[in-house]
Amino acid sequence: MSDDPTAARPTFQLDGHDVPFDEGQSILAAALAAGHYVPYLCFHPEFEPHGSCKVCTVKVNGRMHASCTTPACRGDVVESQVDELATLRKNLVQFLFTEGNHFCPSCETSGSCTLQGVAYELGMTTAHYSPLFPDRPLDASHPDVLLDFNRCILCELCIRASTLVDRKDVFALSGRGITKHLIVNAESGKLADTNLTLADKAMQVCPVGVILKKRQGFQVPIGERRYDQHPISELAVGPRKPEHR
Amino acid sequence: MTLDIQSLVQRHHGDGSRLVQILRDVMEVAGHVSPPVITELARALSLPRARVEGVVGFYSFFEAEPRGRYRVFFSDNITDEMAGSHELRQRMLDAFRIELGEVSRDDLVSIRSTSCTGLCDQGPALLVNDRAIARLTPARLGAISSLIRGGTPMHQWPENLFSIASHVHREDRLLSTALAPGEGLDAAIARGRSATIAEITESGLRGRGGAGFSTGTKWAACANAAGPERYVVCNADEGEPGTFKDRELLMHHAEKVLEGMTVAAFAVGASVGLLYLRAEYPFLIAPLLERLAERRRVGLLGKAVRGVAGFDFDIELHVGAGAYICGEESALIESLEGKRGIPRNRPPYPVTHGYKQKPTVVNNVETLAAAALVTRHGADFLRSVGTPKSTGTKVHSVSGDVARPGIYEYPFGVTIHELLEAAGAKDTQAVMVGGPSGVLLSMRELSRRICFEDVPSAGAFMVFDGTRDMLGVIDNFARFFAHESCGFCTPCRVGTTLNAQMIKRITSGTGTRRDVKDLARVSQIMKDASHCGLGATAGNPIAMAIAKFRPSFDKRLRSLDVLPTFDLEESLAPAREATARDDVDAHFDEEHR
Repeated sequence: MSDDPTAARPTFQLDGHDVPFDEGQSILAAALAAGHYVPYLCFHPEFEPHGSCKVCTVKVNGRMHASCTTPACRGDVVESQVDELATLRKNLVQFLFTEGNHFCPSCETSGSCTLQGVAYELGMTTAHYSPLFPDRPLDASHPDVLLDFNRCILCELCIRASTLVDRKDVFALSGRGITKHLIVNAESGKLADTNLTLADKAMQVCPVGVILKKRQGFQVPIGERRYDQHPISELAVGPRKPEHR
Repeated sequence: MTLDIQSLVQRHHGDGSRLVQILRDVMEVAGHVSPPVITELARALSLPRARVEGVVGFYSFFEAEPRGRYRVFFSDNITDEMAGSHELRQRMLDAFRIELGEVSRDDLVSIRSTSCTGLCDQGPALLVNDRAIARLTPARLGAISSLIRGGTPMHQWPENLFSIASHVHREDRLLSTALAPGEGLDAAIARGRSATIAEITESGLRGRGGAGFSTGTKWAACANAAGPERYVVCNADEGEPGTFKDRELLMHHAEKVLEGMTVAAFAVGASVGLLYLRAEYPFLIAPLLERLAERRRVGLLGKAVRGVAGFDFDIELHVGAGAYICGEESALIESLEGKRGIPRNRPPYPVTHGYKQKPTVVNNVETLAAAALVTRHGADFLRSVGTPKSTGTKVHSVSGDVARPGIYEYPFGVTIHELLEAAGAKDTQAVMVGGPSGVLLSMRELSRRICFEDVPSAGAFMVFDGTRDMLGVIDNFARFFAHESCGFCTPCRVGTTLNAQMIKRITSGTGTRRDVKDLARVSQIMKDASHCGLGATAGNPIAMAIAKFRPSFDKRLRSLDVLPTFDLEESLAPAREATARDDVDAHFDEEHR
C-alpha cells in the first residue's frame, strides 16, 4: 500500500539481506535498526557520528568505509560479515587494548564494557601487539566522580554529550597522535574545578570505565552484568536504543 | 614586550577563528602559553577553556610550559640525518649539558627535533624560536651556541646566519615564463568567468599537491555551489619531508601564485583569499606581506579589482604552527578556523562546505602558479608538454645523495634515470619519490616515469646511495608518521606508533620475523581503515621497503619467531634479592647458572 511507510523505503544489500533505510541515514544506523549487528565503539544513536574508532568499517561496493559516517544509498552492496573485515576489526580492537591500560579483571566496568563486549564478539583473546603501558594518572578530585584515564579509547562521546546536551564543555581533547588525551575544562586540570554533576549526560555515555560514579562500585556482581547475560551483538540491535550500562 | 591579552585579542577582532594566529602572537611575546593565559584567552574569545588548551596541545610549536629563551629545533628529515644532523645535535646538547627535549637549568635553551623544515637542499637545518637556519656546520653551530650563551637577542644575530639559498638547476615553462602582475587576471577578465574555468579544465591541469584532482573541475564545482560567499585557499603548508619546491615558488615566483589565487577568486566568485603558510618558512612572511601590499597599491587586490564592479578580493596570510596533517585540505581549513587540525569527514567536500562551511577552493602553490600562466597563455601552455593524463611540467625538489641538490622542473613523464643523471647521482640504491607517503623505488625501476599514469609525485625526490642503510631510512619515516599522526582515528594513531616501535626493535637487533609480519599487517590495516591520506599512506614506505629491500631487515633479525619484550633474567633480580637466593634455580639464563 502506498501509505505503508516501509513499502516506499529504499534498500541496500547487507551480506545478501535487503536493509531498508531513510534518506540520509547511515549504513550502520540502518543495519542496527533492521536487526543486523555491525560492531562499533564511538557511535551513539543520540549523537552525530564522527567515525574515529573505525571498528564499524564495512565494504561498500568493494571499498572500505566507516559505516557510521557513510550514508546508505539505494542498491549499495555492503559486506560486513566477511573474514577480511573480521580480521580488520579484531586488529583495531587489539590496537585499543595495546594503546591503553585495560585490565578487565580489576575494572569496575567489566561485564558492562562495550570495548570488552566487542572484543568478545570478535573472538579476541590477546592484544597481540606489545602493550604501550601509558602513564595516565587518575583524577579523583571530584566528590562524586572518578576519572580513570587508563581505559580511555578516545571515542569523544563524553565530549559530544557535554557540549551538545549538557552545554557545559566539561571534556575536550589535547595532544596529538599517540599522546592525544582527554582533558577537563579547568585551569587546574582537575575535574573538581569543573561544573560536572552526576545528572549530566556526559556521565552516562562512556562505553568503557573512565567516568565512574564514586561509591557505586560493584553494585551489580560480576557475572550478572549487561554483557554477561547476552552478547553485545544481541543487545545493540533492533529498535531499542543501545545503552552502555 | 609584555603580554597584554586584551589588546592582542582586540587586534584579532575578538575572532575565535583566529586562535592559531593569536597563539602564535602569544608565543612570540611570552615563549609559552601558560594555564592562566589560556584561561584569559578563552574568556576574551568566548571559547571553552579546554578547547583553547586542546589547540595549544595539538601544534608542535605551541608550548604549554616555558621551554627556555631560545627554543632550538633540529630538522629531523632523513636528508638532514644523512648530512650529519644527529652528530651536530649531540654536539650542541653536550655544549649545554642537557638531554634532548630538556630545558637548561638556567632556562636559557631547550633542544629538540622537529619534522622536515623544507631546507633539504641546504641541510642540516634548524629553527631557533621563529627563525630558520640552513647549512649547519660545526663552525656555524658554534657561533649559534655562543650567541645563545651570551643571551644575544635574535634580532641582533648576524643576518648571514639566516640566509636561505636558492638552487634552481633546471627551469621549464612554469619557472622560466615571466608573468607581469595583472597579466593573468586581465586575460581572465577578458575571457569571462566560465570561459576561464573551461580553459583551466581544457589545459588538463591537475593538483600538484599529490592527489592530482582536476583543477578546472574543482573550480567549476565551487563556482556552481549554492550561496553568495566563497573562499580561495592557497595550500602552502609544504610539510612532506623532502619537498621544498613551494618554498622556491613563494620566494621567487610569488607573483604567479598570488595571480593564480586572484584568477581563481575571479572565476569562482570569491572575495576572500587565505594563504596558509607553514611555520617552518618564517623567512617568507615579510616578503609575502610586501607583495600583498604592493598588489593592493596597484589595484590587484581590494575593492573592484581591475575596475570590475563587484569583484572585491583580498588575500590574508595565515601561518601554521607545526603540524604536517594541516597539509590535508580539510585539516588545513580546520586550522584556518582556529581549531585542532583534524581532517573532516567527506563528503561534503570543501568545494561546497569548506572554510566556515562555505564553498572553498583549496589549491597547492604550484597549481595556482600554473593556473595563472594557463589563463595568460591558454590551455596549450600545459597541453603541449607532458603526457596525455599529466599535462605540463612538475617542479621537483631533489635532495640526498646527489652532487647538485635543488630544484628541477621537467615535463611530466621524466624518467627516474633522467632526474638522477641531471642531479649527478652516483651509486644510487633507492629513490623516494613524493616523500615518505610516496613511492620507494629500487634501481630496477630507473625507467619509470614521474606522472599520474606511473609514479605520481607531490614534488619530493630523495636519493639514497649504496652506503645508506635502508632500514635507517625507514626508521626515520616511521618516526615521522608517528609524530605527525593527528590521532583522530584508531588505525593511524596506534598503527604509526606500533610501526615505529617495531622498526626500532629491528634496528636495535631485537626484532623477530614476527615483527616483519606485523609491520606488513599494521600497514595494511592503516591503508584499509584510516580516516585520511596520512594514515592510508603511512605504511607505504615500510611495505615497499620490506618488498624491495628485504635483506636490510633480515640481516638484523633474531632467527626466533618470538622474543620477550623484557629481560627475563633481569626481571628475576628483585625476587632473588627478596629471598636472598642465588642458586642455580634462581636464574633463568643458562650462562648465569
